[in-house]
Amino acid sequence: MHITQGTFSFLPALSDEQITAQAKYCLEKGWSLNIEFTDDPHPRNTYWEMWGTPMFDLKDPAGLMYELAECRKVHAGRAYIRVSAFDATPGWESLRLSFITDRPAEEPGFMLERQERGGRMIAYTTRAYAADRPAGARY
Amino acid sequence: MDNVTATARKSRYDAGVMKYKEMGYFDLDYQPKETDILALFRITPQDGVDPEEAAAAVAGESSTATWTVVWTDRLTACEKYRAKCYRVDPVPGQEGQYFAAIAYDLDLFEPGSIVNLSASIIGNVFGFKPLKALRLEDMRLPVAYVKTFDGPATGIVVERERLDKFGRPLLGATVKPKLGLSGRNYGRVVYEALKGGLDFTKDDENINSQPFMHWRDRFLYCMEAVNRAQAMTGEVKGSYLNVSAATMEDMYERAEFAKELGSAIVMIDLVIGYTAIQSMAKWARRNDMILHLHRAGHSTYTRQKSHGVSFRVIAKWMRLAGVDHIHAGTVVGKLEGDPFTTRGYYDVCREMYNPMRLEHGIFFDQDWAGLRRMMPVASGGIHAGQMHQLLDLLGEDCVLQFGGGTIGHPMGIAAGATANRVALEAMVLARNEGRDILAEGPAILHAAARRCTPLAQALEVWKDVTFNYSSTDTPDFVPTLTPA
Repeated sequence: MHITQGTFSFLPALSDEQITAQAKYCLEKGWSLNIEFTDDPHPRNTYWEMWGTPMFDLKDPAGLMYELAECRKVHAGRAYIRVSAFDATPGWESLRLSFITDRPAEEPGFMLERQERGGRMIAYTTRAYAADRPAGARY
Repeated sequence: MDNVTATARKSRYDAGVMKYKEMGYFDLDYQPKETDILALFRITPQDGVDPEEAAAAVAGESSTATWTVVWTDRLTACEKYRAKCYRVDPVPGQEGQYFAAIAYDLDLFEPGSIVNLSASIIGNVFGFKPLKALRLEDMRLPVAYVKTFDGPATGIVVERERLDKFGRPLLGATVKPKLGLSGRNYGRVVYEALKGGLDFTKDDENINSQPFMHWRDRFLYCMEAVNRAQAMTGEVKGSYLNVSAATMEDMYERAEFAKELGSAIVMIDLVIGYTAIQSMAKWARRNDMILHLHRAGHSTYTRQKSHGVSFRVIAKWMRLAGVDHIHAGTVVGKLEGDPFTTRGYYDVCREMYNPMRLEHGIFFDQDWAGLRRMMPVASGGIHAGQMHQLLDLLGEDCVLQFGGGTIGHPMGIAAGATANRVALEAMVLARNEGRDILAEGPAILHAAARRCTPLAQALEVWKDVTFNYSSTDTPDFVPTLTPA
């Protein structure tokens, strides 16, 4: 299983050189970069853990790559890591790019639970197999 | 008009017939107020009819006038309520056609009602005998009026946040064949397409509740497919469930059922009418639902340049009315779409302020006053091999819908979806890296295809497919020409 959240999940894992190029693009647009990680891959898990605060004053993609390397030292192989770019322009004030840079070694995927109700209705619940274990011990 | 004999008269309110120009509907010195609604018409007067008189007649017939003088005007603040034609210009290169700019006082219109606005501006006046043809080209909606509308229920930003998808166009496909599939088979197409990599699938405009598939069946099977695909990919998915129906009661019933099933999005057709669209927009706002509008029927009045209503006006009305998605053309696909005119539509959907840009068909500055952005949808005859052109022409805040270009893939629907998604992501990656995607597009696609067999197959099957026909609806101004 390979979760396909994020802008570039259908491409081979991005190299550091490719991540740097995307970071450069975002900084040239005036967007702020941010690193997040999680061990809960549920598609509705909005709030991944922040690796520090968004880098509002960053000018050089090297700063992003340094923090990413630090984050990887702690979480690589045991969590998902993503880089996102925030645009503070009026009318946007939201993310403009968000892509996964690192994945756990194994991605066990999701169970789709169906609860039958009346009138052929089914209530669906998506449950990550990884979430069966406590946070911190999932991957 | 000229062929109507004006009665000999002593003063303005003597009974009888007089020229519209002399009745107060024509004033070249009039300075439009910031709160006026402005309309730009293309008029084609009958032979022998003075264009200024024809323009005044359009102002008159779309506001307070009738064919003869009525003394009851004097019971009103009639000067204020008369629309005023303040400018007439010949259309460049089109003999016998004129642009007439007309200003309407804001108090002529009910707040927040597209029906009321359209009943005046495109009401009786379009059948007026002294004109051969009439086209509403553009409108300027003042901030004071824009603020009386809710606008898109969700808008581009919140839609992206809700779907957790940023930085690339969204991908969709319309289920084909558009008619005849059973609910069970229909859901199969939805599942395969979403699992393969699309974000959305879509009901077609004429899928409602027919003998081969009743609406409840379709909704139930589609939501099974959506949820199954979400679990297979870990990604939020959706399917536009068409709730268009014969009555509002039916539409509400279908929309409520879609909501109960957990759908993120429902769709309606333009032919349900402006009132129904505004009702559904309010419903969508109350129920956190993305509202997709299929512009079924618009080409009957938007396509020919001499008569009807430009699609840019329909797009403006729909942004006020409050839909989140609107089909706005592909340029390169199978349906009408000049690149500059289409660019104008996309700007109307997505920008917070549209400056006048005659070469894109935008005749007025338009301030959207914080109204949310509407997501344009490109659909009809597009395929993965055009990805560089699509991204270049349409940008990233749009939905690219590959119906045939997904379902017609030789290795199946999921493979078709994967081909589109890989092509898209590879192109966005390359664009962000600073590469010239228009020049290098085919090379970028072929490089991506070396690691993705479905993309290689898609590029091979559709390599020569283009729709090169000349457009009927093109701008009248070219960028080098200084407007009169």
